[in-house]
Amino acid sequence: MASMTVLEFERQIAELESNIAKIREIANRENRDVEHEIADLEQNRDALLHDFFQALTAWDNVQLARHADRPYTLDYLPLLFDDFLELHGDRVFGDDGAMVGGLALFDGKPVVVVGQQKGRDLKERQKRNFGYSRPEGYRKALRLMHLAARFGHPVVTFVDTPGADANVPSEERGISEAIARNLREMSVLRTPIVSVIIGEGGSGGALGIAVADRVLMLEHAIYSVIAPEGCASILWRDPARGPDAARAMRVTARDAREFGFVDEVIPEPLGGAHKGPDATAAAIKDALARHLREIGRLSKTRLLAGRYEKFRAMGRFLDVAAPARLDAPPPAPVPAPTYPETEPAADVQHNP
Amino acid sequence: MPDWFRRRTPQPMNERSPDVPAGAFTKCAKCGHILYAKDFERDLKVCLRCGHHHRLTADERIEYTVDPDSFRETNAGLATADPLRFPDYAAKAERGREAAGRNDALVTGTARIGGYPCVFAVADFTFMGGSMGSVFGEKFVRAADQAIESKLPFVLFCASGGARMQEGLFGLMQMAKTSAAVAQLGEAAVPYLVVLTDPTTGGAFASFASLGDVILAEPGAYVAFAGTRVAQQAQTHKPPPGYQTSEFQQERGMVDRVTPRKELKDTLARLLSFFGGQSGSNGEEAAAGYGDTKNPAGIASASRNGRGQA
Repeated sequence: MASMTVLEFERQIAELESNIAKIREIANRENRDVEHEIADLEQNRDALLHDFFQALTAWDNVQLARHADRPYTLDYLPLLFDDFLELHGDRVFGDDGAMVGGLALFDGKPVVVVGQQKGRDLKERQKRNFGYSRPEGYRKALRLMHLAARFGHPVVTFVDTPGADANVPSEERGISEAIARNLREMSVLRTPIVSVIIGEGGSGGALGIAVADRVLMLEHAIYSVIAPEGCASILWRDPARGPDAARAMRVTARDAREFGFVDEVIPEPLGGAHKGPDATAAAIKDALARHLREIGRLSKTRLLAGRYEKFRAMGRFLDVAAPARLDAPPPAPVPAPTYPETEPAADVQHNP
Repeated sequence: MPDWFRRRTPQPMNERSPDVPAGAFTKCAKCGHILYAKDFERDLKVCLRCGHHHRLTADERIEYTVDPDSFRETNAGLATADPLRFPDYAAKAERGREAAGRNDALVTGTARIGGYPCVFAVADFTFMGGSMGSVFGEKFVRAADQAIESKLPFVLFCASGGARMQEGLFGLMQMAKTSAAVAQLGEAAVPYLVVLTDPTTGGAFASFASLGDVILAEPGAYVAFAGTRVAQQAQTHKPPPGYQTSEFQQERGMVDRVTPRKELKDTLARLLSFFGGQSGSNGEEAAAGYGDTKNPAGIASASRNGRGQA
């Protein structure tokens, strides 16, 4: 069953549902009792849904993460926050529609929100650059994050991009520098950061706003070093082998959790986030509150040490005997630093 | 992108000229000019006619850049694991080991440049396109730690296609890991000098390679966010002349200086001197001057006796 694509599957479910509606309509008109038949059909539909989602492939998740109806950052913000006030621009060149950000209240407390944004119709998609963030987006994000740190508010970021924009204008304005700077600055940003991967976690374009104390991920979101099609076309010269690449690169939320890249997988309603944006938002809100509370208790020193160690530990390698000609004395072991449990009273917020 | 996975070392021109000893001549990979091998070596593998800077292995780079016999390799035993059991990865890594004679793509150690001690790292493009996997990131961070510990500047030569796909998110996360290490270098006021060489793209350029306190680049190197294949797809804008080269990146403000290979050693020595290095024969003694921002006398003493040895 899972060999069917998500869209085919959804079409089949939609057909079932329209059949149920038709039967009900006919029954109403002819005044016949069909509740039993309808209950059977509905049971069929639910079983189908359940089975399909039980056996989701990596590629199914890729399609769900890119689903045209999937809620985007701006869909979630009113469900998660009060009084979102969008702020624009990077103070250098322009404003990137593919990255939104601003101030908001979460459970009554101020937070700075940054998120990647896709569009639904053609006009909006163009405005949002199809979700491909540009240098101005990363610079705006960093400007807002610095603002958060300066005034002691946490940062929440929402990741949803196929990747950073690789067009000529972005290259000319230093897309690489913009991402690199965010990676460096976020690693030492003196305020709690939580990132939520809500859709596509596309490579460096995603990571550019996801160096966080806690990284959360929706159940059917993906997080990947390169788009599966890109990987397939480089390795096998065949972009059609995206499904193989998605499986090999382990792009699903479950994989990311298994390897320690994300701290929690947030469940989605059966059928995907687009089948229940409110329920999805409620689950995100619950997780956000928990993680913000946990990291909000830490001293800044501990917070930053924990963030550094988290990313420092990401890697799997072997330590084999060095080839004979490359012998060199090993470097002296560095003693593990100790960090105070609580913030010293004199520790003030620094302007980054 | 794939064409830079192919080795472009010049082939010996001995098949059509039986009277010439094998390997006496090579051909420029760019303009095809026939070069006398000894001259080619003397010119640090830069074409006499067109100035093309040929790619170097890590060993060649070390030989051309640091003082003779000053390089001491560290963490050479760190080797590629295959955390995702990705198809063909183990075999590719094995071929990389054979081609590069190393366990992975980043070679780290300590060295002297013009007498100035430093922590020295060089990415070897012959090992899976210099791509950044777990070993690359770990060795980068250990080298940065050593630089902070010993207050030595960190000099890095980059040649990398970016994050290594075969390690999935382990590859991607090395961008965060190396960039976080650069932040630590910054907080410890340890100079971090980067030289971009052909090619520096993708996740490498979008992380540690763009974060140098000073960024040099070899002439004509392919330096870009997007690899060639990505760059060709669906471009809505016409690329300007020289797009995605070192020169282009300097013009757009992303690189401090495009520096020819034969000037690199001297330029690095000058930078090391400027950032407070003291040259000398004993690394430990000389190291004391670095990173001590309250003692600008280190700069003065370095400029007196530093560059003569370059």
